[in-house]
Amino acid sequence: MSLLMPDSGLLFWMLVIFLTVVAILAKWGFPVITSMVDKRRKYIDESLTLARKADEKMANLTKEHERIIGEARAEQNRLLKEAAEARDNIIRQAKAKAQDEADKLLAEARIQIEAEKESALSSIRSQIALISVNVAEKIIRKTLAEDKEQQELIRKMVDESLKMDSDTVKN
Amino acid sequence: MNKICKYMLLAFLILMPDVSAHAADTGAAAPDVDIKSMLFGHIGDSYSWHITKIGEKDIVIPLPVIVHSSTGWHCFLSSRLEDGPYEGLYCAEGGEFDGKIVEKDAAGNEVRPFDISITKNVAGLMINSLILVLLILGCSRWYRRHDVLKEAPAGIAAILEPVITFINDDVIKDSIPEDQSRKYAPYLLTAFFFILINNLMGIVPVFPGGANTTGNIAVTLVLALCTFVAVNLFANRHYWKDIFWPDVPWWLKVPIPLIPLTELLGIFTKPFALMIRLFANIMAGHAIILSFVSIIFITVKMGPAINGGMSFITVVFGIFMDLLELLVAFIQAYVFTMLSAVFIGLAHEGGTRKQAEAEEE
Repeated sequence: MSLLMPDSGLLFWMLVIFLTVVAILAKWGFPVITSMVDKRRKYIDESLTLARKADEKMANLTKEHERIIGEARAEQNRLLKEAAEARDNIIRQAKAKAQDEADKLLAEARIQIEAEKESALSSIRSQIALISVNVAEKIIRKTLAEDKEQQELIRKMVDESLKMDSDTVKN
Repeated sequence: MNKICKYMLLAFLILMPDVSAHAADTGAAAPDVDIKSMLFGHIGDSYSWHITKIGEKDIVIPLPVIVHSSTGWHCFLSSRLEDGPYEGLYCAEGGEFDGKIVEKDAAGNEVRPFDISITKNVAGLMINSLILVLLILGCSRWYRRHDVLKEAPAGIAAILEPVITFINDDVIKDSIPEDQSRKYAPYLLTAFFFILINNLMGIVPVFPGGANTTGNIAVTLVLALCTFVAVNLFANRHYWKDIFWPDVPWWLKVPIPLIPLTELLGIFTKPFALMIRLFANIMAGHAIILSFVSIIFITVKMGPAINGGMSFITVVFGIFMDLLELLVAFIQAYVFTMLSAVFIGLAHEGGTRKQAEAEEE
């Protein structure tokens, strides 16, 4: 039965010792430890949140990068295309201009040729007229003596042709 | 296998001295081994700390006796009592105050003076408390000296931190509402480590361990008392309403307050159960180990063969029980803390639950 009867001396000392231990540890022991552990836990939580946010940001950045690279590539393609177009344009224009120039030259040449031809023709025609007149004169001189009427006709015809000549010269 | 044998031998040697000393104590007086007195001598308290016996010489640490008798205060070492009465005080043998310091009153009856001696258990409590305080302050010193955000705990802090966070998070914060748990955490953590250290030191068979502190009802009584105070002193209105006017049919509380009386009794039975549970578990553990070991001394008379065989079995069982006691040491500390936390939590829960409900509405 003595086991179940608390001894007063032991009770007294246990009370003193235990309350002292509680007082010491409650003041300098456990609150320090638990608050530090809590602090670290909070820090770890925050760090994890930050890391997650950083991850998200990184993912966003990568996406952004890809977008920018894509845009740049599109821009590059566009520029290349434009450059090619511009080049083609320039070549085309140059060609057209050259063509124009050539055409103009040709046209001028043709006009000149035409003029030359014209003058050549007119001089040939006048020569031919002279020659034909001469030939006709020579033929007519031989035959005109024979008939007065014929002489009359010749005169008339010569007049006409002269008239024609003067017309053409005028023109 | 070789290793296991070595450990067994070691354990055997460790277990031996204290018990052999007790056995020799009584064995010299009587031919039979007095198991009962050996057992109770170990489990109970004493005025000196008996370590072992070498040959015929007892190795004893005398402890201070502090007594207020009819002749005033007396303070002396317990070794003075070995040679009979000292200053009118002596150790009673048999009777109501067996083994306690008594004096004779005028009528010649043995009476107990006011006794606050530093007995074996008090000395054990002091040593264990010192160890506990040094451990925890050493741990908190680490946290003060180091930046927890940059360094992982090392040394004592690394050992204690998981245990502290386990008790603080899984036991205390789970049972007590958040706003209150901070207030009670130091007490509950101290109670846990106090019980754990005392349990473990009780298993160590040689000085400075071996004092059966948590297996003494006075010690567990104080612990339970502290929990009782912690539960009831700061309990909220809801807790008292649940006791005196619980939500039960009116006829259970109006003519005869049946449930309120039961609840009122419950206030006291809860800490009482805490007290008995811890005391009985640790005391029984000590008793079982001692009983196993004393089988060796009982079987001496039966011849060397049986004695040898029984010794081997005893050592095996002793090791098993010691390991079990290690587990029990932790479990009992855990259970005490957990139940204390639950009781404290119950004394605070209603209000916050009502608040929560009000907030939900």
